Amino acid sequence: MGLTEPMQIYLPIAEVSVNAFLLLGLGGLVGVLSGMFGVGGGFLMTPLLFFIGIPPAVAVATEANQIVASSFSGVLAHLRRKSVDLRMGTVLLIGGLIGAALGVVVFNYLKSLGQVDLLVRLCYVVFLGVVGGLMFLESLRAIRKSKAGVAAPKRKQRGWVDALPFKMRFRTSGLYISVIPPVTIGICVGILAAIMGVGGGFIMVPAMIYILHMPTKVVVGTSLFQIIFVTGFTTLLHATTNFTVDIVLAVLLLIGGVIGAQIGTRIGARMKAEQLRILLALMVLAVCAKLGLDLLLMPSELYEIGAAGGH
Amino acid sequence: MRVILTLLLCSWASVVAAEEVVIGLDKSSVSITTNFAGDNIFIFGAVKRDAPSPEAPLDVIITVAGPSKPVVVRKKDRRFGIWVNTEAVTVDAAPTFYAVATSAPLNDILLKTEDLRHKVSIPRAIRLVGESDQATDVERFSDAVIRIREDQGAYKLNEGGVDFRDETLFRTTVDLPANLTEGAYETRVFLVREGAVVTSFRSAIEVRKVGLERWLFSMSRQQPLMYGIMSLAIAIFAGWGAAALFRLFRLG
Repeated sequence: MGLTEPMQIYLPIAEVSVNAFLLLGLGGLVGVLSGMFGVGGGFLMTPLLFFIGIPPAVAVATEANQIVASSFSGVLAHLRRKSVDLRMGTVLLIGGLIGAALGVVVFNYLKSLGQVDLLVRLCYVVFLGVVGGLMFLESLRAIRKSKAGVAAPKRKQRGWVDALPFKMRFRTSGLYISVIPPVTIGICVGILAAIMGVGGGFIMVPAMIYILHMPTKVVVGTSLFQIIFVTGFTTLLHATTNFTVDIVLAVLLLIGGVIGAQIGTRIGARMKAEQLRILLALMVLAVCAKLGLDLLLMPSELYEIGAAGGH
Repeated sequence: MRVILTLLLCSWASVVAAEEVVIGLDKSSVSITTNFAGDNIFIFGAVKRDAPSPEAPLDVIITVAGPSKPVVVRKKDRRFGIWVNTEAVTVDAAPTFYAVATSAPLNDILLKTEDLRHKVSIPRAIRLVGESDQATDVERFSDAVIRIREDQGAYKLNEGGVDFRDETLFRTTVDLPANLTEGAYETRVFLVREGAVVTSFRSAIEVRKVGLERWLFSMSRQQPLMYGIMSLAIAIFAGWGAAALFRLFRLG
């Protein structure tokens, strides 16, 4: 007996009852976008999960688990095409694992202070704002240039990256550079993965192109390779220290996401790269603005109830 | 409808008036299944008398309280232009669910002192917990707990929600929300006359996750590493499966 409706799903870890079709739809929507733009979509999914009432800690941990799934199918395709720099991926991964461990420590410390929501939201506002803004300006410039018919000047920069010690040869990428920048990038992305529940592709891909000067064709595969391990590690850390990975939620998002990604890839193939990038930039800025306004405007409820620490 | 009649007799007979309360619940437990979307408990009963009832009218108050858990209440303040959590008060225990149903407006039928003694009304049910001394005025924090939980439908006062006939038979339905916490839900029935509690009775309903919900929840707490590995395995398998499936479609 009871008021059971077939569409409602009770999430065992989040302890909330959510409409299953809503979750499938969200997964699908984000999947379409990630397929179109070639991003993981974690940076959109996690805030959307906040908006539908999933506790932030559960949203972040579960999203890490879901990213493992969506990245795994991607990396398989890249491995087949041999567009993964395994050596670079491993170096980035070492940094990533250190970063993820640091991130979970920071996450748990701020959780005990009651500031974890603020930290997650601030991270989102700052990173989405910066990345969205840069991407928007860059694609505007690209569109203007293609209209003017001027080819972008090709330049080979020799900057501070080349002056660092501990050099290593990365054959697939055709690079001979210090391991310090990739390890540092790995650490930063690892911290973000743990705190924000994202794969970090939207930070890592630009960093690999602009700081490490890796060839574009290996960038996506290598970042996916690294992301799987970092988010996998993050999932385990959250599962064992916070008990916040909700497998039922992850599976529902995953089913929608996998189907959506395939549709998105097809839509993406029909659009121009600059158009895609400007759309993605606008979307990133919109999510950033929504989260930013929530911080700036006076909330309708000034008080909030949280579980007492160490339950 | 499957009704389990659990007729329970009150053992504690009132000395003042020879009135006892007999109650029944339509179920002894609530199961949280995968498609759980809330439930309701039907509570009914009768007043048993040895002698004719006194002149003054009798009223009924029924409360259902979920398990109490410690909570931290945080208050936001504007710092550097953004709203951040500043003050915090730890409430040792506040019920995760609390419903009060009465046969008449609560303030008319129950004296403040009796409310304080039996902790019947929503504010009393909250304040029965140990108060903290961290913040300047704890009152506003406990008020906030009530306000937020009332908005969520976790705390509710249903005045006139008890159907009381001929001062003998009563019944009410308490709706349980979908976001239910596991544990024992204590049900109390009070008979009140002239503001004072004549007799009371308590019983409990067990709310438990069952089946898959139970299994996943226990596993995540008792074997977190195994649970984490299982989550990853499912994710990797799903990712691989999806890729394989779509390649098949493209080839075929």
